[in-house]
Amino acid sequence: MKTVTEFGYDSRIEGDVVYTRLDAALNWFRKNSLWPMPMGLACCAIELMAAGASRFDIARFGAEVMRFSPRQSDVMIVAGTVTYKMALVVKRLYEQMAEPKWVIAMGACASTGGMYRSYAVLQGVDKIIPVDVYVAGCPPRPEALLDALMKLQQKVQREPLLATLKRPGPALPKT
Amino acid sequence: MNALDLAKQLQARFGNLISEPTEFRGEVTVTVADAERIAEVCDAAKRDLGFDFLLDITSIDNYGDDPRWTLVYHLYGLGHRCHLRLKTHVSEEKSELPTVTGVWRTADWHEREIYDMMGIRFRGHPDLRRILMWEGYPYFPLRKDFPLAGKPSEVPEVAFTEAAPLEGGPFVTLPGGRDAIEREPRVRTPET
Repeated sequence: MKTVTEFGYDSRIEGDVVYTRLDAALNWFRKNSLWPMPMGLACCAIELMAAGASRFDIARFGAEVMRFSPRQSDVMIVAGTVTYKMALVVKRLYEQMAEPKWVIAMGACASTGGMYRSYAVLQGVDKIIPVDVYVAGCPPRPEALLDALMKLQQKVQREPLLATLKRPGPALPKT
Repeated sequence: MNALDLAKQLQARFGNLISEPTEFRGEVTVTVADAERIAEVCDAAKRDLGFDFLLDITSIDNYGDDPRWTLVYHLYGLGHRCHLRLKTHVSEEKSELPTVTGVWRTADWHEREIYDMMGIRFRGHPDLRRILMWEGYPYFPLRKDFPLAGKPSEVPEVAFTEAAPLEGGPFVTLPGGRDAIEREPRVRTPET
């Protein structure tokens, strides 16, 4: 796999200056401060809590600031079984999150409905909101969630940020 | 004082409305003949017989039989520590009976759940909305004629449901099988 160096280093100016592209720098800021919106809906939420606690320490990836307000969060971690009744709330909270926003579907239930083949359970949260990373497991261990977070960070780093910033999104009126 | 005595007292008070108490494994059950008077019977059981705690209300779908619905009220008295079970029947055409929220306020959510899952309405209920499924869902999922996978439905701009992929299921575990193959979850139709 080809590795891309996002940061240039010049030995003549030793440590004071780093060259980079603007979008690479902005993406770097973004990916290291992904504030999660914890959608703890079932037992996966226990593993999510474990990921936030000292042993696994999600703070190593800058994602320790669990925001219980969608307006302050960047990544929604859907941890658990999404029932049809809760699906209305999940969708509403997702829509209230400010751009840019990402979604991690944590565990079998959030990804596919899991073992709940039932009239009451949404068969995968991707039927209502776009999902960036799926995590397998029932429930996944905190390492799996951290791996998903690192996958998401790689994805954020690759985003053509400036191109999307210049394009008016659906929320911006076209002038 | 035991549950049988209390049931007898209830019978003495209401006469033919209350059936002869039946006892099974120490649990006493009486049947209330007219569902329209259930609130009255419950009120008497609470005020005069000390059944101050409504444990649960459940409903049974006797699919194919008439009357289709059986409602079961589980009563308990914290003072005398006796349990009493009241049963009453409601026909499918009617599917309605009086609420007991006026007797025990806790009946509110029990009755909402029965309304949500079975579609039996409680007359006089203060807030008869769905409690587990979303508001606007068109079916009653615990009825016997409702498939486990669910049915597709859509209320535009509100919500939708899809039938869950069962892949030949439901997968049923048989305890007491001869070997692991016989015991493990397999596709089993109810007949086999």
